Amino acid sequence: MAGALARIIHGSKNQLGFVGPLVTVNNGSVRFQQTKTSFGPLADSDRIFTNLYGRHDWRLRGALQRGDWYKTKDIILKGTDWIVNELKTSGLRGRGGAGFPTGMKWSFMNKPSDGRPKYLVVNADEGEPGTCKDREIMRHDPHKLVEGCLIAGAAMGAQAAYIYIRGEFYNEASNLQVAIAEAYQAGLIGKNACGSGYNFDVFVHRGAGAYICGEETALIESIEGKQGKPRLKPPFPADVGLFGCPTTVNNVETIAVSPTICRRGGSWFASFGRPRNSGTKLFNISGHVNTPCTVEEEMSIPLKELIERHAGGVCGGWDNLLAIIPGGSSTPLIPKDVCETAIMDFDGLVAVQTSLGTAAIIVMDKSTDIVKAIARLIMFYKHESCGQCTPCREGVSWMNKIIYRFVEGNASPKEIDMLWEISKQIEGHTICALGDGAAWPVQGLIRHFRPELERRMAAYAAAHGPSLAERLY
Amino acid sequence: MLRQPLTRALALSPSRVAPLAARKFAAQADKVEVFIDDKPVYVPPGTTVLQAAAEIGVEIPRFCYHERLAVAGNCRMCLVEVEKSPKPVAACAMPVMKGMRVKTNSDLTRKAREGVMEFLLVNHPLDCPICDQGGECDLQDQSMAFGSDKSRFTDIHFSGKRAVEDKDVGPLIKTIMTRCIHCTRCIRFASEVAGVDDFGTTGRGTDMQVGTYVEKMFLSELSGNIIDLCPVGALTSKPYSFAARPWETRRIDSVDVLDPLGSNIVVATRTNEVLRILPRTNEEINEEWLSDKSRFACDGLKRQRLVTPMIADSRGNLTPVEWEEAIVAAATALRDCPPDKLLVVGGDLADAESLVALKDLANRLGSEAVCTEHYFPLDGAGTDLRSSYLLNTKIANVEDADFVLLIGTNVRFEAPLLNARIRKAFIHKETDVALIGPKVDLTYEYTHVGDSASIVKDLATGTSSHEVLKRLENSKRPVVILGADQLKTSEGPALLAYTQELALSLQDKLENKEWKVLNVLQRTASQVAAMDLGYKPGVGEMLQKGPKVVFMLGADAGVITRENLPKDCVVIYQGHHGDAGASIADIVLAGAAYTEKNGTYVNAEGRAQQTLPAVTPPGKAREDWKIIRALSEVVGARLPYDNLEEVRARLAEVCPSMVSYGDVQNNNYFAQARALAQSLQKPVSGTLDVQLKQLEDFFMTDSISRASPTMAKCVQAVIKQKQSPY
Repeated sequence: MAGALARIIHGSKNQLGFVGPLVTVNNGSVRFQQTKTSFGPLADSDRIFTNLYGRHDWRLRGALQRGDWYKTKDIILKGTDWIVNELKTSGLRGRGGAGFPTGMKWSFMNKPSDGRPKYLVVNADEGEPGTCKDREIMRHDPHKLVEGCLIAGAAMGAQAAYIYIRGEFYNEASNLQVAIAEAYQAGLIGKNACGSGYNFDVFVHRGAGAYICGEETALIESIEGKQGKPRLKPPFPADVGLFGCPTTVNNVETIAVSPTICRRGGSWFASFGRPRNSGTKLFNISGHVNTPCTVEEEMSIPLKELIERHAGGVCGGWDNLLAIIPGGSSTPLIPKDVCETAIMDFDGLVAVQTSLGTAAIIVMDKSTDIVKAIARLIMFYKHESCGQCTPCREGVSWMNKIIYRFVEGNASPKEIDMLWEISKQIEGHTICALGDGAAWPVQGLIRHFRPELERRMAAYAAAHGPSLAERLY
Repeated sequence: MLRQPLTRALALSPSRVAPLAARKFAAQADKVEVFIDDKPVYVPPGTTVLQAAAEIGVEIPRFCYHERLAVAGNCRMCLVEVEKSPKPVAACAMPVMKGMRVKTNSDLTRKAREGVMEFLLVNHPLDCPICDQGGECDLQDQSMAFGSDKSRFTDIHFSGKRAVEDKDVGPLIKTIMTRCIHCTRCIRFASEVAGVDDFGTTGRGTDMQVGTYVEKMFLSELSGNIIDLCPVGALTSKPYSFAARPWETRRIDSVDVLDPLGSNIVVATRTNEVLRILPRTNEEINEEWLSDKSRFACDGLKRQRLVTPMIADSRGNLTPVEWEEAIVAAATALRDCPPDKLLVVGGDLADAESLVALKDLANRLGSEAVCTEHYFPLDGAGTDLRSSYLLNTKIANVEDADFVLLIGTNVRFEAPLLNARIRKAFIHKETDVALIGPKVDLTYEYTHVGDSASIVKDLATGTSSHEVLKRLENSKRPVVILGADQLKTSEGPALLAYTQELALSLQDKLENKEWKVLNVLQRTASQVAAMDLGYKPGVGEMLQKGPKVVFMLGADAGVITRENLPKDCVVIYQGHHGDAGASIADIVLAGAAYTEKNGTYVNAEGRAQQTLPAVTPPGKAREDWKIIRALSEVVGARLPYDNLEEVRARLAEVCPSMVSYGDVQNNNYFAQARALAQSLQKPVSGTLDVQLKQLEDFFMTDSISRASPTMAKCVQAVIKQKQSPY
């Protein structure tokens, strides 16, 4: 879902002026001319998540050995402006999928206070099919997240952080809870956190497993104890968020990388990847690859290299590749010929009409029934639509019905255009981005696999006579 | 639920509807210029695009948006193109920005609407021919105006449409939930206006359902309004189901008389039958709501009616007679009666015309015993100063109050729409409420000060140690509302005197000299007019004299019974329902109900309004003032008016405000009333009680609603619901 946001943000840069303070969207990250031409592999010394695979102790002792909580007090004492500036220099963009510059997001919170408390909310409701990066952080490196909460909280003057964790993540939630307890006991958070004189609490709130609660305003509603239904924007959470107070909602990965950025410097982080897409990133590679994995890599690494190097290549060799969904289930798929040259960063994937999203790469080889695969995704979105606004509630279930007929071919070729139009009727007409996320897989399918759809319809007509839809439509 | 400190401060106050915009433009108090279809319009910051468009007469289609409810923004029908925005924006929720250019009729806008319309229809049943909403259905109208001209719903031949089980929410509202388009207006109405948080959504996505979570009745006195709010036929009126199409009915603007507020109504009739009653917008009184009794009691107009004059035969049974016979009998009784033994009683639903005619007749016969059924203290200023018995603050102004003190009244059931105003103030303006009297559910939180009358005395004399006194004194726009029922007891005069003292001492200290604090909430629609016309409130004193003839004009409150009348007393009853009054009468004169005559009613604020005849009176029944006029001729005390204009000229003579329809005058002479009341401030010790405590008490309070089968069903249903574990 968050992946879906990416496009909106990207496509609407010139309109951002109209949402007021967002107007300076370009300033933060464009500091470097592109001089680098090859990206990846990432050196071990540059890895942020050094316990990604849980081979070491995840608790406080292990975390201290890995350098977490090192001089956190000094970072806090350097002050809000320094932290925000360091984040701006780093060019870090939100890792939840929308890719909004983090430094700028934090700076929205530093408006003169009107007496209301401020909150940091961490979105750990990682529900996007294919995505499994945040859970690795929370179960194997939870102190990175807790420390990140403190630093982010200090940067925006927040009183407390709420970590909204997906209901299914039981072990992750308990590890996180243990880490928080350790941090409290060690005086790292709580009253006078790290001895900095700053009071900061961290709470864990477990969700109940609704995908929509990963949308930031639905998440806020859910923490407040209401049905997880997205709010209308404006007002944005930075104005009226959790419990009516200014709130920033960030992804787990975004928060977890921020201490390292502060320690090693924004320019270190910005030295990875292309300008505007800088940094390192956790990539999840799943599907028809030999060794599915989660790996931290440099941004802008070519998709093919990423799969060959870390995931042991596509099952049956690269030529056996059918299509790839590059950023979690809500992003449009790209067929093999596009995958050859695709670059794994925000701009590189927008250039091929898809999106980086959460960087969850779903690889499908030629054994895949691609229509059925997409149909299954639509069924997921139909099930997870909150039902609040019309286009998503009615449109997605309608698309679901149509695409399941497409799976058998029991449909009219004219309906392909109709499906395209319906997806366009949903996209951009809903309160939140779930509608968009449901529409894009369909659009990707039609864009790249129209002949396959038509072939199935012809085969069905040959076997069963013309479809009923042919006569009705 | 609604009124948590933050929701109060943030979500609901108008300036916070769009904090971003509000903050941005707060500095310049000026208006913002926006362009709707290239036409400039200047609106205050924080206005939504939809409201700005309405300013210049551009109607943006909508389903979920309702100006009196919170913005939901979920139907997406109001999507419009805004220049420089890549996607269409929801006009109902988007605050205007300076220089914003909105295109309400561009290709993008039209396409967006068409798309939303198609989605709304994809699961909406095509049962318009059997749907009661047909002809007044927003979905129908808007699909004609904005929908596509062809259908693409091939899938309904494969898998059908969504079907949803109907819910049972009581005897008033029929639900056909398959038709629901999930606009959530009913949910918002229930939680915001009615204050009953029983409605909500369950399930999600295409399985989302609007309902009451567990099956239960919608226990509200304002429930009928969700029928009007529902843009489709999901919620329709149960009593009116399958009765008529809107285009078959004649609609007559009228005024409700079943509570003292005089809500404005539209009476829909067909073939001389009242089919239903709908609210008519009047911002000063009922906004666009209507209480359930006013809306649904109209079937009582067809039952228990007195359709012919009657005279009791030798065995005491009333037998139908011709008008001539009845009038002669009544005239004989009146003529033979010594003037001091004649008692005239005006009832709850009497119009001012018949009241003035009857008073004139009695006066001409030499009697001054012209009373109403409900008592009001005559000591002190009595009914001489209007300020003593009216809602001086005015209904609409209650919204601006910052503290409301209720004394001995359950506003929720005595005047539901006044209570809705108080609730509105409570939610949106942080008004605080305190109540002296029995603890009742007013749908909002209040401070319960106690139920002893002495509290009023302590407050008035400033000796109370209760924090409410401080809050009253500190408030800038306080309102004190005294229930008229409390004045019937022997301590009534003192209670009124203390209330006056309290209210007027508060009023004197206010900076705003226009603000009125003192309010007395009458219980019936006729009481104010009767007192304006010089009727003496209460019959007790007159009854003790042992009247020989009692003339009851619709007096059905049961104050006069055979037991408290002398044996040989002749009772003449004139009215429209066979209720308490007619059952003790010797002579019955069949009158007209409020939907059948052109009558003047003065509401609790002192606002004169008129009903218009929607149907003709049934059988031989006649308009009331005409009966009295005819009677006067036969008695030999001919009244000098022959038509309505002349009666109203007479009304104007007695009370000029009574013919300036729709207006309400400011009352004065508060100080004089207070001065006159000083001597009445005697110790009080009683407890305050109210008649209508529970919802089941609310439905049947007068002769019309007592005759209504729908109201009877409501009472049954409420009692049954209360036994249910939910």
